[in-house]
Amino acid sequence: MSAPAGLAGRTALTLGFVFLYGPILVLAAMSFNASRLVTVWGGFSTQWYFSLLENEALLDSARISLEAAAVSATLATTLGLLAAVALTRFGAFRTRSLFFGAAHAPLVLPEVVLGLALLTAFVAFGFNRGFLTLVIAHATFTMCFAAVALTSALRDLDPSQEEAAMDLGATPLQAFVLVALPAIAPALASAYLMTFTLSLDDLVIASFATGPGATTLPMRIYSQVRLGVTPEVNAVSTLLLTFVFFLLAVAALLRRRATRD
Amino acid sequence: MSARMSRARRAVLALPYLWLSVFFIAPMALVAKISLSHPAEARPPYEPVFSFSDGFAVALEKLRSLNLDAYRGFAEDSLYLESFLTSLAVAAISTLITLFVAYPFALALARAPQRLRPIFIGLAVAPFWTSFLIRVYAWIALLKDEGLINHALMTLGLIHEPLGIYATNVAVVIGIVYSYLPFMLLPLYSALEGQDPSLREAAADLGATPAEVFRRVTLPLSRRGIIAGCLLVFIPAVGEFVIPDLLGGSDSLMIGRTIWNDFFANRDWPTASAAAIVLLLLLLGPLLLAERLRLKDERLDR
Repeated sequence: MSAPAGLAGRTALTLGFVFLYGPILVLAAMSFNASRLVTVWGGFSTQWYFSLLENEALLDSARISLEAAAVSATLATTLGLLAAVALTRFGAFRTRSLFFGAAHAPLVLPEVVLGLALLTAFVAFGFNRGFLTLVIAHATFTMCFAAVALTSALRDLDPSQEEAAMDLGATPLQAFVLVALPAIAPALASAYLMTFTLSLDDLVIASFATGPGATTLPMRIYSQVRLGVTPEVNAVSTLLLTFVFFLLAVAALLRRRATRD
Repeated sequence: MSARMSRARRAVLALPYLWLSVFFIAPMALVAKISLSHPAEARPPYEPVFSFSDGFAVALEKLRSLNLDAYRGFAEDSLYLESFLTSLAVAAISTLITLFVAYPFALALARAPQRLRPIFIGLAVAPFWTSFLIRVYAWIALLKDEGLINHALMTLGLIHEPLGIYATNVAVVIGIVYSYLPFMLLPLYSALEGQDPSLREAAADLGATPAEVFRRVTLPLSRRGIIAGCLLVFIPAVGEFVIPDLLGGSDSLMIGRTIWNDFFANRDWPTASAAAIVLLLLLLGPLLLAERLRLKDERLDR
């Protein structure tokens, strides 16, 4: 590459990353600002993190978010795996296109529409809104992400290994569990982390699906954010971002190990 | 084609199929139905309510009372018309700006040294997975009148009074461009990264200037990435709730926010449901186009 093009490329990269990460880093820096004002640096302080520890409501909603994410990610990964198996292994069964559409539509549907649909259904079914409906709603929209990721993992799999296992007398189920599942284990783990992250982060669908007693962390943050920028919100946001980046790094490492094998 | 499925296969399919039927297909059908009913002071706040215990005659009677009032309301209520138009305009402008911001970035990523590319692309996409809400919130501190950007510009003497961007549609556009940049970046990157460099070299050998090479080789070859990226930004942007709610003014209504308000504040479920259906119909064209592109990609991957 010629020198001027290299310079332009480096400039574009730098500007791009500054745009993407600048606001996040400013937010993180503000969480350590002793002053309440955004434009005044009052010195380094961790006081906002300590005041979080006394905020019972916030801690409570963080616990609910983590629990909902763990349960819904387990459900979503299981359902997503079954859907992926059906879509990759079963050929053209009847109503496959309806199933395919239903398994992909939530990826592109506006969140407000999906949330509204789920809430009206919960009311019509006579479900009391709370933790259970929150988990169902999250499992429903995140299972589609899991299904897409696992479909491509299963498709990339070399079928000859399973065929060899069956030639040696394994049943199709045994071949799948003993050969295919271990081979896509990294993709499964990464799908679990992905669905966990999506659930942990979601505000709109949770607001429709949950009820009193099961307020999630993003909902709590949202109601505080509407009142303005506060150092406590900066601190809890920074913690959440750090946690999500950590999960992402783990997922990326898992995927890299998978492609190397 | 296997006409009949074994029992084991049917069992595997049954669980996700049942789940999606109960928690996705049925709810969407319900929204369509509620959009045809009357608002009511009840729980749930709409009527008629169908139930399985109804006899045929009762069901028929209720079917007759379905109506299009909620839809007719849009034509009379300028609030809705305005919301739809604002949403489409804001989403279209944001999509264009996102394209112009993302293209040079994607090009630079695609031409970066091969060993650095996976790290760069990981870093570029990572923010997509981190809290949407928090990333939008971060812009409040930057854009407010007493925020960082105004403060910095005034300290430098470039402006004498705050720009007054916060709580306007300009702030909403900035928020959308920032939040959806990864959606545009990924398809552009994969379209640009897959290009054979020898095509550009051949064009250059034949006397094309770098600008001509870009206009006549690189750009046309990345067309699919451009279309996919624009759809991926435009579709969710139209129904966006968080960004207009946090960065927009009280007068900058987008349809996602109007639906939310009708549902939670006004408890007018039929109107909110009808708006959701209209929103879906508006997006149907782009949605189907996006789905077709995705299917084509999947077939190419195989």
